[in-house]
Amino acid sequence: MARIGVFICHCGTNIAGVVDVDEVVKAAGKFPGVAYATEYKYLCSEPGQQTIKAAIEEHNLDRIVIGSCSPRMHEVTFRKMLMSTKINPYMLEVANIREQCSWVHTDKEKATEKAIDLTRMAVAKVCKSKPLFPDSIGVTKRALVIGGGIAGIQAALDIADAGYAVDIVEKEASIGGHMVMLDKTFPTLDCSACISTPKMVEAGAHPNVTLRAYCEVESVKGYVGNFEVDIRQKAKYVDHDTCTGCGACEVKCPIKVSSAFNQGMCDRTVMYKPFPQAVPSKPVIDALNCRKISGDGKCGVCAAVCPLKAVNFEDKGEIITEKYGAIIVATGYELIKWQDIYPEYGGGRFEDVITGIQFERLVNASGPTEGHIRRPSDGAEPKDIAIIKCVGSRDINKGKAYCSRACCMYSAKHAHQILEKIPDGSVHIFYMDVRTPGKGYEEFYDRTREDGANYIRGRVSKIFKEGNKLICKGEDTLLGKPVSVEADMVILETAMVPATDISKLTGILSIGSDTDGWVQEAHPKLRPVETQTAGIFLAGTCQGPKDIPDTVAQGSAAAVKVCSLFSKVQMETSPIISAVDREKCSGCEMCIPCCPYKAITVIEIDMHEHGKKVKMNVSDVNSGLCQGCGACAGACRSGAIDLKGYTNDQILMEVDALCL
Amino acid sequence: MMKYSYFPGCSLDATAVTYKRSISFVAEKIGMELNEIPDWNCCGATCAHSRGKWLALALPARNLALAEREGLGLDIAVPCASCYSRMKHTVHAARKDEADRKKIEEIIEMPYLAKSDVLSFLEIFALPEVMKACKEKMERSLASLNVACYYGCLTARPREITGGISTENPMEMDDIIALTGAKPIEWDFKTECCGASHQVDAPEAALPLIERIFRNAKANGATAIVTACPLCNLNLDMREEEINKKSGTAFDIPVYQFTQLLAVCMGATANEAGLHKHFYPAYDRINDTLRRAGA
Amino acid sequence: MSVNIKEGWEPKILAFCCNWCTYTGADLAGLNRMKYPENVRVARVPCSSRVNPQFVIRAFQKGCDGVLVCGCHPGDCHYVTGNYFTRRRFMLMKKLLEYNGIDPNRFQARWISGSEAAKFRDTVTRVSEQIKELGPNVKFREGRWS
Repeated sequence: MARIGVFICHCGTNIAGVVDVDEVVKAAGKFPGVAYATEYKYLCSEPGQQTIKAAIEEHNLDRIVIGSCSPRMHEVTFRKMLMSTKINPYMLEVANIREQCSWVHTDKEKATEKAIDLTRMAVAKVCKSKPLFPDSIGVTKRALVIGGGIAGIQAALDIADAGYAVDIVEKEASIGGHMVMLDKTFPTLDCSACISTPKMVEAGAHPNVTLRAYCEVESVKGYVGNFEVDIRQKAKYVDHDTCTGCGACEVKCPIKVSSAFNQGMCDRTVMYKPFPQAVPSKPVIDALNCRKISGDGKCGVCAAVCPLKAVNFEDKGEIITEKYGAIIVATGYELIKWQDIYPEYGGGRFEDVITGIQFERLVNASGPTEGHIRRPSDGAEPKDIAIIKCVGSRDINKGKAYCSRACCMYSAKHAHQILEKIPDGSVHIFYMDVRTPGKGYEEFYDRTREDGANYIRGRVSKIFKEGNKLICKGEDTLLGKPVSVEADMVILETAMVPATDISKLTGILSIGSDTDGWVQEAHPKLRPVETQTAGIFLAGTCQGPKDIPDTVAQGSAAAVKVCSLFSKVQMETSPIISAVDREKCSGCEMCIPCCPYKAITVIEIDMHEHGKKVKMNVSDVNSGLCQGCGACAGACRSGAIDLKGYTNDQILMEVDALCL
Repeated sequence: MMKYSYFPGCSLDATAVTYKRSISFVAEKIGMELNEIPDWNCCGATCAHSRGKWLALALPARNLALAEREGLGLDIAVPCASCYSRMKHTVHAARKDEADRKKIEEIIEMPYLAKSDVLSFLEIFALPEVMKACKEKMERSLASLNVACYYGCLTARPREITGGISTENPMEMDDIIALTGAKPIEWDFKTECCGASHQVDAPEAALPLIERIFRNAKANGATAIVTACPLCNLNLDMREEEINKKSGTAFDIPVYQFTQLLAVCMGATANEAGLHKHFYPAYDRINDTLRRAGA
Repeated sequence: MSVNIKEGWEPKILAFCCNWCTYTGADLAGLNRMKYPENVRVARVPCSSRVNPQFVIRAFQKGCDGVLVCGCHPGDCHYVTGNYFTRRRFMLMKKLLEYNGIDPNRFQARWISGSEAAKFRDTVTRVSEQIKELGPNVKFREGRWS
């Protein structure tokens, strides 16, 4: 027979002012299994806790019920207290007689009656409680960062500096992401490549960082602290261990295709590094366009000129399997395909209608025009330039409902750069609103206007060509008049959208995403860099549009989360998880689709039936993955799977106790 | 099977006689059978829908119902963009809402099941079999003619109802015109409004709408404009001189129906193609072009 | 079947509240000193999907007058998808209860977030009134009140 101790707290007058505590104690003393019942002014206080401890010894109690404030308040306090007694911390139930009784009722008699009921329910439940022991799992102290943009680089460097190993998986041939494509950064106008390439080099050279460029994540198994990840190394056709990156092959490669890094504004060779400062600074072959690999099989110049014989046309790539303790998703963004949604802007027919990122390459000293602003169609310097903001953003009929956040600032930057480089030029910016929330942002916008940028509030309805000019027809909503701007070049500041294939990755990782495809954070305010899955974190624009400072901040934040996980030798897991009674389990698998964490699998075990050994399929719960929701227990028809701490028996006892 | 119920519409016997003649000529040449709907009535054009929804839906519905009854379920070929638009609206309404269809039947006192589709001549000529038939009948070339294909607004809009060609940069007419050897130019006013009936009641406001079409066509090197609508054609053709006089421009761009160019290349005489029935002289441009191609 | 309702009879209502949303909302109602009828007793569960249909049947069998299941709003579940299971099971349970002759209105489900203290108060108040109108649940307890 259980020996239950019941302790009712006055909480000063918070409880005692409405609930007749003595009545509750008197009633509790008569509940079956109760060996001792008492009250105290403040049970959570040090003397209060001593009282409980003394009572446990004196009355030889083996479990306790505390009638007090909400368990969300002090359950943890009382569990900690029990750790220094002979009672297991989970042999405790808290009856919430403050938040859900004395504070919400005024009728003393009825409130007391309810407090007695709540205490009876708690006593009944604790009767069926069993000691629970937290499990501990080891932590693999190696982190995986998916995406080698500035968010991923920052996160990886912070983790590496803390002394932990970290791998960066990047799908392109070089890390760097979008930031390294940009010319200057707002509002300080420091050179983007000058501040990001040292970080890339640092990541490449850091002893704790392993770069896995030209790789993609194939599958992820396991759980927090113990992930097993298959990474596909795409065929590089160049042995990077042998290659010194001398560049002889790149120079001699005869086939040229459009350069994705330069946004299609110039060509690159098929044997290529995406850009000169690439990290790793070794080339790969673009197999799809290679004459030797995908064409008629002739050529092979690169292999012929390589002094180290590093070229290998037979490369098939490989699958690398690694163990990680934590994963950071930093897959970044892409720009919306505006051609499909804005046919009225030419839908891509006009060479001189370019995107903001194309302009970044155009104005970049290492870009296709060496930093001279020249329009793509005829290479002439454009004098009058129109900038159109929110192309694809903030318009659910054309693209996305959300604001892409960075465009207001970088369009101001573009205007500033144009006016600086083309002194006799003019810039007209069509905008919906100007949004400048950030340090020094509004000041920068003001400066751009003072520089002479002509801000026109309104949308452009059509761009058409007349001779050499692009005519932007639109509306000035402040004047209430149609306007027409003759431009030599038009820059569209297009919406940010999640990276292609992000849904594939969120599927592999079992993490959520919102309706637009952005990765979902665990809590929009308080857990901004965590996902719903323990051990998987996020950083940068994979979570939503943001600028570089915010992206870097998130990268560091995610790194701290990983480091705090790695700082533990063993990870303690909550014992309140599901468990399967194998004798009862029929292997029907009803529980499996209920589990959002894929914690339940079917395993084959040996059972004895009528003296014979038979193989049976039963469900098995992975204690590292289970988060203790109990959805599986609600679905189990044979009652084989149960949630520890909230077992069927415990809750049924509670129900019975209420209905007495 | 090039066989259609044919709804010529009111203007084809009057202002758009060029369109009518060239359609008949081309249809006969390529063996396209056009069965004119018996006892057809006005589609309501731009007026009916300003008077009320049901009048606007019922007027075309009567023609569609007649076509259904007499036309063995053939699709309906419509040369005029406005007729096309009105008929498409009716088909759309009847297919979308069964109650609306019933109500339409009640008004026109005839069964109407909305089974047949309404096709503009542009859509028909862009069909691969029709393109092929036309190609086979080409006898002459209009090479050296730079053509701005002008689609107008109603063949493309509203997209939800027409479900057809692109609203911003359609290419159907360009492809058809390419058959004649002429060069369809790239320009940007393919689907802008010509001002339609406002050219009559508010010419000061509407004239600039035509002027910009000519201006953009000329800026992109057009020596001819081709339309697929009686009203677009009339508006541009009739007012070109007036614009030249008022704005001091010198556009000199004759305006044809696309079927006229097809007819000419299939060997039609000037009369058969209606080349003498234009306001702005149209015969010489074709004649010169043909002679140059022949030389 | 005639039932004599004792004077001053108050229904007994059991509310299963998920720890992350509704239980928190109920605590917040307390912090804000909101007032609602005393006849609702809350049983705390980690997630509304933990509620086994058996619990509900047992409650009615033992004479409980109403059962309320509360969880996070759909899409906001702390455990990602738990409340979707609750929603499906709830629809099924209603049918089962009706089959057993128990007024399905005695069994209700509500989505109340951790910040919706007022919604918790209003829900409890309304459900309490509705159950009162239905009278005591005597299905498995014939004559208990006579």
